[in-house]
Amino acid sequence: MHTPSRTPRHSIYYDYQVHAPWLPSARSPEVAPAAQRAAVVIVGAGPVGLTTALELARYGVRSVLLESELQVSEGSRAIVFTRRSMEILQQVGVATRVSENGLPWRFGNSFFRGQRVYRMEGLHDPDDRFWPMINLQQQYLEEYLMAAALANPLIEVRWGNKLTAVRQTGGMAQIEVDTPEGPYRLDTHWLVAADGARSGIRAAMNLKLEGDSYEGRFVIADIRIDLPFPTERRAYFDPDWNPENTVLMHREPRGIWRIDYQLPANESAEDALRPASLKARIDAQLAMIGHGGTPWQMDWSSVYSARALTLAEYVHGRVMFVGDAAHLLPIFGVRGANTGFQDAQALAWRLALVVNGAAPATLLASYSSERVGAAREIIAEAGKSTRFMAPPSRGFRLLRDAVLSLSLSEPFVGPLYHWRTSRPHEYTQSPLNSAGDDNALFKQGPGHGAPPQNIRLGPDDFLLDHVGGRFDLLYFTRDAALPSALVREVSRARQRGVPLAVTAVTPPDGAARSVAGADQTLVDSDGHFAQRYGIEAGGGAYLLRPDQHICARWVTLDATRLRAALNAATQGTGKGSAEEAE
Amino acid sequence: MNQGTNMSGDQQRGATAGTLPIEGLEAVYDRLAEAIDRAGPEKAELFLVKLALLNANALGDATRVAAHIDAALRDL
Repeated sequence: MHTPSRTPRHSIYYDYQVHAPWLPSARSPEVAPAAQRAAVVIVGAGPVGLTTALELARYGVRSVLLESELQVSEGSRAIVFTRRSMEILQQVGVATRVSENGLPWRFGNSFFRGQRVYRMEGLHDPDDRFWPMINLQQQYLEEYLMAAALANPLIEVRWGNKLTAVRQTGGMAQIEVDTPEGPYRLDTHWLVAADGARSGIRAAMNLKLEGDSYEGRFVIADIRIDLPFPTERRAYFDPDWNPENTVLMHREPRGIWRIDYQLPANESAEDALRPASLKARIDAQLAMIGHGGTPWQMDWSSVYSARALTLAEYVHGRVMFVGDAAHLLPIFGVRGANTGFQDAQALAWRLALVVNGAAPATLLASYSSERVGAAREIIAEAGKSTRFMAPPSRGFRLLRDAVLSLSLSEPFVGPLYHWRTSRPHEYTQSPLNSAGDDNALFKQGPGHGAPPQNIRLGPDDFLLDHVGGRFDLLYFTRDAALPSALVREVSRARQRGVPLAVTAVTPPDGAARSVAGADQTLVDSDGHFAQRYGIEAGGGAYLLRPDQHICARWVTLDATRLRAALNAATQGTGKGSAEEAE
Repeated sequence: MNQGTNMSGDQQRGATAGTLPIEGLEAVYDRLAEAIDRAGPEKAELFLVKLALLNANALGDATRVAAHIDAALRDL
C-alpha cells in the first residue's frame, strides 16, 4: 500500500497544500478498475510532466497525470528559468504569473581573492519579451502549472498514485499503480515518463544512462537573509574557507538566497548536511563577502553531484522519456528544468498528432533523435563548465588554478569563466526540415530547426504571443489576399488533421490591414520584422512547427513546396515530398 | 613515407619555427630557471602553466600550441 506523507513539508516561506489522494474506488462502479484505460498517461507532476500534459491538452489530447506525492516539490530545487523556458511557459499559460513573482536578471559575476575577475552579460534584445533569466522557486512554478492543469478538463490529476510496474504488450503499456487504498491496473496507448532523476520507469525497464559522473558534489542551501546584492549570479572561486572549491549564490524571491558550495572530496553527504556544518560554512561565506553576523534562517538543504548522462533513446515502444528521467545534466548553467521544458514541448505536439491520427507513429522517432542530440550537445558544453567548476583531475585543477591566478591581471582568460548557460537547441539536421525550400538562400533570420526570433510588434505585443500550438505559416505580403492556391493547400492540410494557421505579415502601407485568406494579420510597422527574418520581397514565408521551431522558409512560397514541407514535418521520415501526399 | 615527411614538417613548424637568437634563448633559459626557483617547489607547476597560457595567447595559434605541447611531452 502506497502511503504518501500527509504532513505538509517544512518551509519558512512556502505554504504547502496537501491534496487528497485519488482513489480507484472514486471511479463510478460500472467502470471496473481492472479495465481502466487511457490514451496517454504521464508519470510525474513536476514541471516537465505538467508542461507535457498542458501542451497535449492544447491539441485536444486527454491525459492522466500520476503523482506519487500529495504536494509540490520539496525545497526550491530548480530556481533559474531561461528566456526559452519562459517562451514555452507562455504557451501553456503560466508565464505571466512567473514574471509577476520571479526575479529577472542578466549578469553573472565571478570572484577570486575578493576581486571580480569576470562579468558576464546576458543579451537582452529589444525584440525579446522575456529576460535572459528569471529566478523563482520550483514550488511556485509547480503550483502555477498545477493550477492550470486542474482547471483543464482534459487533464486528470491523480495525487498519491505511484507507478510500481510497467510492461508493454499488444501495442499498449500496462502499468500497475499503487494508491493509499491499494493497487490498480491502468492500460495506456502512450506512457510518458516524467518521473525525474530517479525514474522508476527507467529502472523498471532496465535502461542505462550513458555519460560521465563527476567527482564534485555540492551542498545546496536556501536561507532567508537580507543581503544588499542585486539579482545576479555570484560565483566565488577558491574561497579562503573552502580552498580549491567553488561557491555559488543566487537571489530567490521571498527574501531567500541560494548558496551552493562544493564539498571537500572525502566528506560524506550526511556530514555535510549536519546543522553545525551548514552553519559554520554559511557563516564563513557570509563573512568572506563582508556580511558576517547578518542574521539568517535555514529553509532547506540538499546535496547533489555533477552528472552528465543521457539515455541513448527517449522513445521505447509505447514509453517516452522527458526531463530528468531522460537525462541528468549538471546544474551549472541551469540545464535541468530548462532542458526538460524543451523535451516536453518537443514531445507533446508530435504525440498529439499521432494520437489524433494526423501523423504516423514514426514521427516520434524524431522526438528522440532531436532531443538526444540536444542532450549530447548540452553534455559536451556542460562538461567544459563542470571541468572548470569542479576539476576532475590534477591537470584540470592546475589549469583552472592558473586561470584563476592569471585572471587577476590578464583579462584575456576572463571568458574561460563563462558559464555556458542553457540555450535552445537548433535542430539543424532534423528530418523534419524541408529539403526543397530556400533555407540556404537566406542571409538573415532563424534557419532550419532554430527556435524563432521573437519580434516586438508594439507595446506589450510580440510575435510569439501569436504563434504556437499548431503549425504557423508566416506569409509576408503587401497584397490584400493570399494566393488562392496557397489557401487551397492550407485547407487540404487541415482536412487531413494537421493543425495549421496562416499569419500574414504586412507593411503599414500594405493593401489590407486584414489580409484575406489569413487567420490573422500582423502589421510590420517599421519593417524590422521582415528585415530580421531576411525577407526582401512579398511572397516570402516561414513555416514554424507547433513547438515554434522553423522547419522551412522560402524566398517565394508556392503551394507545392508548402505541401512538401508539411509532409516532411509530419511524417518524420526525411522524405516528405509533394508527390507522397497525392 | 609521406606521413613521416609531414610529421617532421609539423615538428619543425611547432618546435623550431621562429628564430630566437642564441643570446635571447640563453637569457630566457636563465630567467626561467630563476623564476622556477623563486616560485618554489609548491608553486612551480602553477607558474609554468600560467606562463604556457600567456605564451599561447601571445602566439595566437592553437595548432602551434598543440604542436608545442606534443614536442614538450616527447622523451620525458
